[in-house]
Amino acid sequence: MPFIPHTKKDTDEMLAAIGAADIEALFDEIPAKLRIGSLDGVPEALSEMQISRLMHKRAAEDGTPQCYIGAGAYEHHIPAAVWDIATRGEFYSAYTPYQAEASQGTLQCIYEYQSMITALTVLDVSNASLYDGASGLAEAALMAVRSNRKARSGRILLAPGVSPVYQKVATAIASNQGITFASLPADPVTGTTDFERLDAGDDPVAVVIQQPGFLGTLEDVDRITDWAHEQGALVIAVVNPVSLALLKAPGHWGRNGVDIACGEGQPLGVPLSSGGPYFGFMTCRQQHVRQIPGRIVGRTTDLDGESGFVLTLQAREQHIRRSKATSNICTNQGLMVTAATIYMSLLGFDGLARVAAEAHRNTTRLVSGLLGIKGISRCFEGPFFHEVALQLEQPVAPVLERLADLDILGGLDLKTSHPDLGHALLVCATETKTDEDIDAYVSAMRNVLTTSARKSA
Amino acid sequence: MINKIAEKLIFEKSRSGRRAFAQAPMASAEVGIPAMYLRKDRPNLPEASELQTVRHFTRLSQKNFSIDTQFYPLGSCTMKYNPRACNALALLPGFAGRHPLGPESHGQGFLRCMYELQEMLKGVTGMKGVSLTPMAGAQGELAGVAMIRAYHEARGDHQRKEILVPDAAHGTNPATATMCGCVVREIPTDKDGDVDIDALKAALGPKTAGIMLTNPSTLGVFERRIAEVATLVHEAGGLLYYDGANLNAILGKVRPGDMGFDVIHMNLHKTFSTPHGGGGPGSGAVGVGNRLLPFLPIPLVGAAEKDGKTVFRWLAENELPQSIGRLSGFMGNAGVLLRAYVYMRMVGRDGMERIAEYATLNANYLMVRLADAGFELAFPGRRASHEFIITMRKEARTYDLTAMDVAKALLDWNYHAPTTYFPLLVPECLLIEPTETESKETLDGFVDAMIAILTDARENGVSFKEAPYNMPVRRLDDVKAARQLDIRFEPG
Repeated sequence: MPFIPHTKKDTDEMLAAIGAADIEALFDEIPAKLRIGSLDGVPEALSEMQISRLMHKRAAEDGTPQCYIGAGAYEHHIPAAVWDIATRGEFYSAYTPYQAEASQGTLQCIYEYQSMITALTVLDVSNASLYDGASGLAEAALMAVRSNRKARSGRILLAPGVSPVYQKVATAIASNQGITFASLPADPVTGTTDFERLDAGDDPVAVVIQQPGFLGTLEDVDRITDWAHEQGALVIAVVNPVSLALLKAPGHWGRNGVDIACGEGQPLGVPLSSGGPYFGFMTCRQQHVRQIPGRIVGRTTDLDGESGFVLTLQAREQHIRRSKATSNICTNQGLMVTAATIYMSLLGFDGLARVAAEAHRNTTRLVSGLLGIKGISRCFEGPFFHEVALQLEQPVAPVLERLADLDILGGLDLKTSHPDLGHALLVCATETKTDEDIDAYVSAMRNVLTTSARKSA
Repeated sequence: MINKIAEKLIFEKSRSGRRAFAQAPMASAEVGIPAMYLRKDRPNLPEASELQTVRHFTRLSQKNFSIDTQFYPLGSCTMKYNPRACNALALLPGFAGRHPLGPESHGQGFLRCMYELQEMLKGVTGMKGVSLTPMAGAQGELAGVAMIRAYHEARGDHQRKEILVPDAAHGTNPATATMCGCVVREIPTDKDGDVDIDALKAALGPKTAGIMLTNPSTLGVFERRIAEVATLVHEAGGLLYYDGANLNAILGKVRPGDMGFDVIHMNLHKTFSTPHGGGGPGSGAVGVGNRLLPFLPIPLVGAAEKDGKTVFRWLAENELPQSIGRLSGFMGNAGVLLRAYVYMRMVGRDGMERIAEYATLNANYLMVRLADAGFELAFPGRRASHEFIITMRKEARTYDLTAMDVAKALLDWNYHAPTTYFPLLVPECLLIEPTETESKETLDGFVDAMIAILTDARENGVSFKEAPYNMPVRRLDDVKAARQLDIRFEPG
């Protein structure tokens, strides 16, 4: 059922107009020996009703468990209006807004998005978004190398909070251009940068600071920012946009603010959906505007002097500059940005601040409940936003499995990413959880730990 | 009809203290984070009611062209119908709410879909392995060229850094090669639109890492000597990269793997009908032949038998130690992949072949009708693939009717413009791709519009320099936009 409208009569008339005997004749330029028979790898077609039944069954198999995992993707309430509007055909099935006159809806939406993201981060310039937070850091690293002409080392320093996955992605994308990443020392007590042992080495291009850190820690961002600038490095902030309703904006870090901010936009109204599609946001200071990758929308006037919107500064981009472009990127995550713009409009700053405060409150309740169980302690001292790393006295995986049997996803096992932390678990409770939910998790955890302690005794 | 009434910015509708009350939780108690970490300023986000917001963005949507409202004969973009079921089913709670790091026990339904998608994509491309993680065509290209480099590096062939790219290629091809630390060499095209074989032979050598080709090419014709090209490149020690932008044209007819390609990216938002979304998300799955299997980007989805049941699980660093690594925070645009999965299951085996057939029928019919109406074809001796090129060079000279003028005039006829000024080597060109989902009536209507525009210019001396007239805005000042940058709202 390939959604083809042709009747037999249409097809015959069209072939007659072309002067071809049959459709097969249209493929006569393909060498015969390359042609294939049947596509064995593809099953027979299903009707909408059949595929619908199949997908409902599979979605039900995955269930809707209580989720306390964060680690870069966060469950938030998404107002019904957000996706109701974003999936209107006029947004959903529109093309990239190259024909500006026929794309004013998408273009104005992106302009409003750029205005909101620059306001949240307190920086001058926003692009129309990148693929996701992790690849956004890779693009920020490449951008820093282009912008910081004085530093020739290609070395980028990472504060301890930077997500190990982001580091992997940035390495995979940027290392072919001679960029290397090195870690700044961490204080084992707080999990944040150890200022006593700081050493920039030769000629660092940039310092990346993630706030909150991957393990939920909060850095003294003012101090690292100023230190980095003293070393001649640019500062790249990786931030959670919802946290910015509470936490200091990158533009206000240190004496001069950061140079580039980026991060995962998913918390702003995008469903978890197994990891995508999300969007990466990126903002920067005015002086770096010609090095920022991706699309940018600008406001201008038309022939009648009326206001309108266009893609601008396209001379940076691949379809104009080809091999000399700032990046090969030729999409933004347009639909996700549309959703995020609607989300931010519905919530406003006060609404976003309430979401952030409630997530903080819930995580505080969860953590204090879990710390009341024997055998659980915190990995690090210090304040947190909505995520905390906890130390267990036994392997985490079997504990999480038993919680999962109760339809509770109890957090992320840090064994693979942070083997040095021993039995460590990263938990997060956003505004979507009630006190009853949290108490139920704490009591389930108490049961699991007590029974397994009894078993091992 | 497109909404022509100007819409103020949402910021200009904002009133201090106004809220969408249902959308935020109740105010929490004091936050226990020390002041040094906290924000003191109040960023300017809109303050609007729920109705205001809904009305604002609904009205903005009405200022767009879209597939659901207009015909998009947009060459190289495959703007086919995006079936509604694909969206509805990808947003089922079990899928939309699933955390990417959730356990495999709560992901078997999703993982099974991804595994089967990998298998189906292998089937339609003739490749040996597929990774779904690249988040757009350009990222698939990046993965592909990075794999080619990793392959040569693993063999100690460190000097192979030259990527050959035809002059007709998409801009992403040379940009990607540069991003991967490679040097780009352009190969010219001969007058029939095929790769210039002598130039190719001259360019091949011990520095050749590979060649990036689109087939059918961006000129809308099938590269007839592809087998010879593949042999030459392989004999020189290089690999062949297939840009899947035009895969729609050959589904079920011929497979890149059988043509000799070592790596391919697929644009699922083109061939497999996931939405363009006003410029993304895309999805650029990659497929590889045997040589590049160890280098695929992770994670992949694997299947194993356990207690008589098939169990699906992630394959990552441990299983693919030579992988080029991770390209996204999780596994790429999973929700887009689900939409592609639903689409492919609905189309099915025989449907795949019908897609190529009717996309090609529509393109050839439209080409013949426009040629009969007096438009000049760029490659008149050739079959169209699923797209073709007309050139306005004569009309531009004689009546000052340029490709851009036709594009803008078509908007007033309620048709989206074809792709203009690409590929770069055909002057004043319009690249036209109707796709298989458009009816004969739509194509005939488009031909009528094209004839009317040409007739107006030729016989009535009408100029379209100031078109469009019936859109929400007239032609916009790009130069002013770049010179007097206004890229965010600032309260007055």
